[in-house]
Amino acid sequence: MRVVLAEDLALLRDGLTRILQAYGYDVVAAADDVDALEEALREMKPDLAIVDVRMPPTFTDEGLRAAIEARRVRPGLPVLVLSQYVEQLYARELLASGDGAVGYLLKDRVADVATFIDAVRTISEGGTVLDPQVVATLLSKAAPLSRLTPREREVLGLMAEGRSNAAIASRLFVTEKAVSKHTNSIFTKLDLPVASDDNRRVRAVLTYLQGQG
Amino acid sequence: MTQVAHPRISPSWEQHLRYSATAACYLVLVIPAFALFLVVAISIPLVLITAGVFVLAFAVPLTRRLTDLHRRLAGEILGARIESPYRSTEGMGAFSRMASCASDPARWRDFAFLFVSATAGFALAILTIIWLPATIWYLIAPIVTFGNFWYWLLAPISFLIWWFGTPLLLQVLALLSRSLLGPTRAQRLAALESSRTETIDHSAAEVRRIERDLHDGAQARMVSVGMSVGLASELVHRDPKAAADLLAEAGVMTNAALEDLRMVVRGIRPPVLADRGLVGALEALSLDLSLPVTVTADLVGRPPDPVESAAYFAAAECLANVVKHADASQAWVRIAHDGAALWLQIGDDGVGGADATRGTGLAGIIRRLDAFDGRIGIDSPIGGPTVVTMEVPCALS
Repeated sequence: MRVVLAEDLALLRDGLTRILQAYGYDVVAAADDVDALEEALREMKPDLAIVDVRMPPTFTDEGLRAAIEARRVRPGLPVLVLSQYVEQLYARELLASGDGAVGYLLKDRVADVATFIDAVRTISEGGTVLDPQVVATLLSKAAPLSRLTPREREVLGLMAEGRSNAAIASRLFVTEKAVSKHTNSIFTKLDLPVASDDNRRVRAVLTYLQGQG
Repeated sequence: MTQVAHPRISPSWEQHLRYSATAACYLVLVIPAFALFLVVAISIPLVLITAGVFVLAFAVPLTRRLTDLHRRLAGEILGARIESPYRSTEGMGAFSRMASCASDPARWRDFAFLFVSATAGFALAILTIIWLPATIWYLIAPIVTFGNFWYWLLAPISFLIWWFGTPLLLQVLALLSRSLLGPTRAQRLAALESSRTETIDHSAAEVRRIERDLHDGAQARMVSVGMSVGLASELVHRDPKAAADLLAEAGVMTNAALEDLRMVVRGIRPPVLADRGLVGALEALSLDLSLPVTVTADLVGRPPDPVESAAYFAAAECLANVVKHADASQAWVRIAHDGAALWLQIGDDGVGGADATRGTGLAGIIRRLDAFDGRIGIDSPIGGPTVVTMEVPCALS
């Protein structure tokens, strides 16, 4: 796995590089501004880009824009966007930039190394990973969720974050079979098309939640 | 802030007839002005034998009624509101109110205005209004009197004077009113001074609040993180289990500290505002709210940073009020700039009854906007809908 990393703070850049290398990822370029990032994306043809939203020179949202642009040039390029703040607006723009293989997480989540690496793996396999904060807002805005039981809402939230059945099961201390029973029930109650693979299912859930927002 | 007069000269007939109607208003208002001038002028010496006091008790408020009407008229013509220059007499007894009026220069300027209105104002109003009937007379006179057709040559002349002169003469009338009825320069400076002092106080309080938030929140949590980590490194060989627990605790504490920092930063200047400007930030904000909000914008360029921030927080406060109190099913935000000022409108279809005097939220907005000479209007009848309109003078970059 060849990774291009873009983060302007040296401390965090080194930390991220160390974590990724410890899990066998090959960090081929670590950029500290947008120009270096764009160049690395062009030259290195990485399998995955991990990008900070705010970067020099203007410290606004150019990291995000660069990520979306990179996916326009190379559809399906797996991108994980990290930020000190999560914004629904940015999550929407990222999700709209093609089918799957995107992630949007708070930088704090990197501290939980196992979960972070899980997210990186999910994204590089074409999945979608959203920060729990984004998902919580989406859930709070979706009106028709009253039909779901509290447990189903919990499962739906974890699904929207992009977790697989296995991950949800271990998180809730239940069997995978129980989880798939919940997910089937959720899909029936919300009139969602049943999809077998995790990635398409997550996208169906997100589309549904955003439609409600 | 000195208001620049914008003559609103529009070429339409309707507008010109309206000018003439305004001039007619001026003419009619001369009558009460003259009457009041006589009453007040006679009463002032009679104060010595107290009879004057009773007359003045009526005449002075009546004068204010009349001059307020003149302020409105002149404000309409000049396209800039004329502020009342009076000292507040709120909560005073009848006698102290009298004393306060007697020593308030604005009341004496009112009295002077009565005289000016009844003399120079009268002459000007006549001069303004005469040209329309004159034109009509010049047109029909030869027909009525079967005589002097020279009048038809005069008709276009007097028509032109009416067409071009009326707006100008009205301007003169309005400026005359403003010179006596508007706040004096000293008063304007004092108002500016107090608004500036309030702003400085407000900023200082804001800085104190931020400092306290950091001190009680993130800073304290980081101290405890440091302690846990230090302790864990002590224990790591003797009691690995306890060390692991401490490290986990430090992790939780770190996240809480970050959350605190985020809250503080959002309170200073939301990152998305810096990223996307006012319109984008309000769109982002409305995505986080539990009711559907439509944001429409007509804004080319960006207002200055401080104005942008104030407008953002003002709108955010309004939307928070909608969520909390309005019981609305939807809300909308409109943003525009008319070349001189930024306009923000926040409306909802809720229960109405919003009141600026109650609650600290709206008062805070007003203080924020005051710093930029901004104004706010709240239209919220019981039963709704509520529309809050804000206007902040600024240029776009």
